[in-house]
Order: sequence, then structure tokens, then C-alpha cells
Amino acid sequence: MVLAVCVLVHLATIVYAVQSGLSAAALLARTRGSVAFGAFYTVFVVAAAVHAPIGLARIGEEWAGLSSGAANALSRAFAAVLAVLGMTAVYAMVVG
Amino acid sequence: MSAGAGMGRSGVRAHAHPAWWAYLVHRLSGIALALFLPLHFLALSTALRGEAALDGFLRFADRPLFKLAEWGLVVLLALHMAGGVRLLLIEFRPWSGLRKNGIAAASGFGLAVGLAFALALWR
Amino acid sequence: MCNAPADNGGMNGTSGPGGMLRVSIWRGRGDGAFVAYDVPRQASQTVLDVVTFVQRHLEPSLAYRFACRVGMCGSCAMTVNGRARWTCRTHVAEVAADGRLELAPLANLPRVKDLVTDMRAFFDKWAAAHGRFSGARTRHDDFARVAPDSPQRRAADAGIECIGCGVCYASCDVVAWRPDYLGPAALNRAWTLENDERDTARWARLRAVAGDAGCHSCHTQGSCTERCPKHIAPTAAIAGLKRVTARAALRGELEA
Repeated sequence: MVLAVCVLVHLATIVYAVQSGLSAAALLARTRGSVAFGAFYTVFVVAAAVHAPIGLARIGEEWAGLSSGAANALSRAFAAVLAVLGMTAVYAMVVG
Repeated sequence: MSAGAGMGRSGVRAHAHPAWWAYLVHRLSGIALALFLPLHFLALSTALRGEAALDGFLRFADRPLFKLAEWGLVVLLALHMAGGVRLLLIEFRPWSGLRKNGIAAASGFGLAVGLAFALALWR
Repeated sequence: MCNAPADNGGMNGTSGPGGMLRVSIWRGRGDGAFVAYDVPRQASQTVLDVVTFVQRHLEPSLAYRFACRVGMCGSCAMTVNGRARWTCRTHVAEVAADGRLELAPLANLPRVKDLVTDMRAFFDKWAAAHGRFSGARTRHDDFARVAPDSPQRRAADAGIECIGCGVCYASCDVVAWRPDYLGPAALNRAWTLENDERDTARWARLRAVAGDAGCHSCHTQGSCTERCPKHIAPTAAIAGLKRVTARAALRGELEA
């Protein structure tokens, strides 16, 4: 439910952002120092980093024949990667 | 494959109904989005090395193939979200069937977002 | 079909050349093969009629299972043209539009011989999901009074007509992917008892269906609901169990 709201906002943002073509200056002018932007995308990154690895773990078990132990271990590693990369990206866009 | 030897598997003909296709779209779009996310984060993180680095990436990505892929990902995101809302409705609201109208609505939402994004991207 | 001006006995051009059906039937066990038979087309013929004809006239060693022939016992389910169905309640005219039938044993169950599967896993899971009613009253007590229109009674009613034919179990991908998954029929039964206010085994049952092999493995593909010959919706029952077990787990009520 959190993700659904995030995705809606994100989709609207994407459509808005690409209207005039993407430029770093235009993007960063809106994101740098924006608390709202940083808070929103922090929530989004955390929610995605929880959600995506859980789904992949089930797929790993069902389609790739992994044991649940292996699937959960890989899934946790992927969650960590997503969280670190995601927060780095938010930091890069908001603080720089 | 986890089914034991000597067991039959249900095939394509058993899967030919809308709710199963909705499941497949949801799963495949989920896989694609999960694989895309790290790349997306890495691309944005180029801003750590300054505005010029991010601009360099954006110019690199400003070509038809990338735009088509971006468009595909946006549509997949829309479909995955709308399909997820359908599942939430099935699981948390009083039962009203497999919500095939929800499958239609989710497909329609994906199409609408796809058109909106296409308009925004190529004008 | 019933309103067709000239009643041709439900054949509607579905017969093959010379009024014959081409029927491919799975022979042997897992390493068997399809064998083709030609069966005369008859009016209002069911798929079970076809199998019976083959066994009586063409292939006496053909193994298959049936009992009541009228959709009450749940023993004649097979894979008909790729889909799990009751053969006794499936008219040939419904499924053999091109005059061909392909009959195989139910999927997701070990094959015994020809069209017969070993249903043990299916019924063992029914038991593992605490599919048995546990009551506190004896014959000396008065009847329990359950309001017929209460939400719980209605939820129990929705799933109570299951006769354990295994069509949903054979149609479910998750059963194929996770051999320990309890499956739609057992979970539907658990949900029916969860809504039976006389039942006393609630917590043991919820614990039994809350694990990895239980309701949370369902991906809402809906094949069970699409294929159930009784028009039961196990997907709805499983969704109900997901809600109840999630709530109970959050409150810490599922710890043994």
C-alpha cells in the first residue's frame, strides 16, 4: 500500500520530469536541498528494498529450484545491495 | 522442477484464463523491475561526481533504444503497481471473485501511463 | 444447445469422420505414452462414457477410477484436453470441438497406472491442514445454534460443498513448485472450519496453515477457482486465511 502510493507519485514525477528532456541541471535544481524529495525517496527506497527481494526469493524457490535457505540468503544480500545503492542515489541527488 | 518423477504437470491449456495471465505479467514485470533498480540507482549516483557526470550519463542514455527501454520499464511499473492493487483488494477486501474487472483496469492503467509517458518523452 | 431447432442429440457437428471420436489416452505410468482409440460418437455422451467404452470394447486392461457417475463422489477427475475436469459431468460436445479427446491422469499426483493417480498426498494434506472438525459437545448436549445469515456461517457455506475430487490441486502451479504446499482444497477446508463457530481446534489449525507450506504461498493465479466443478472459490478461502493468520501473527497469537 505504501508502495502503491509511492509508485503513483513516482510515475507522475517521471512524466513531469521528462517533458522538457532530462538535464542534470534541471533535475538537481529541484532535488538538491529538498527535504520533501529526500524524505519521499527514502521511504520509497526502503519499501522497494523490502518488497523486491521477498518476491525474488519466492521466484528463486519456485522457478530456479533454490532451497528456501539459499533463496532467503540471496534475497537478504539483494535487499542490502538495494538499500545501500538506493540511499546512495538519494544522497547523490539531494546532498551531492 | 520439484514435482517427482511420474507426475504430470498442468500445461498451457490449463493456464488459459485471465487471472493466470495477470499473475504471469505481475511476476515478469516484477523480475524486470528488480533487475533494473540497481542500475537505476547507480545511474543516479553519478551525481556524486558532480552535475557534469550526471549530464554525461543522461546524454549517453538519450538515444532511441534507451528511450524505448525506459518506456517499457515505466509501463511495467504501472502494470506491476495496478496488478498489486488488485491483489491487495482480493486479499484484504471482502471477496468478490477474481476481480477480472481489476485485470482490465490494471491493463488500462498501464496503457494510459504508457501513452502519457510516450507523449512526454517524444514531443 | 438445448434450444437448437433440430435436436441432433447434442452432437452439433462435433463428431469426427464417420461419427467417430479420436481419443488419445495415457497408458502406463510416468514413462507411459498416449495411445489412440476410435470411439463411436453418441448423443449426450460424457467423457466418462468414452473411457468406459474404451475399457469394455477396445482395451480391457485400461485402468481408471469412477463411482457415482453423477458428480457426487469426486473420483473420476482426469485431465481432459489439458484441463482437469470431472469426466462424468463433462459432455463430449463441450470439449471435443474438433472430434478429438486427449485424456491423461490428474497432474501433480503420482501416476499409478493409465488414468489412475495416487491421491494419498492430497488427502494427507487435508489432514495436515487440520481438515477434521473438532467439537466440544457430546450427544448429550443440545444442538449448537448458528445464525444462518451470520458472516461466519456464510463464509463456511461458501466452501462446504467440496467433495475432494482433486481438480483444484491438479490445476495449481504452486502445488507443482512446492511439493509440501497444502493446496487449495485443504486450505479451503481449513477456512470453512475457521468459520465454524463450534470448532475448538482453531489455533492448531491456524498454525498449520500459516507456514511456508500454507496459505501465504498462494500467488492468486486463480486456477483452482476457475476450474472447480462446484464453483467454489478456494482463492477466496486462502485470502481469508492470509488475513486471519497475518493478524494473529502480528498479535503474537500463533506461538505454540
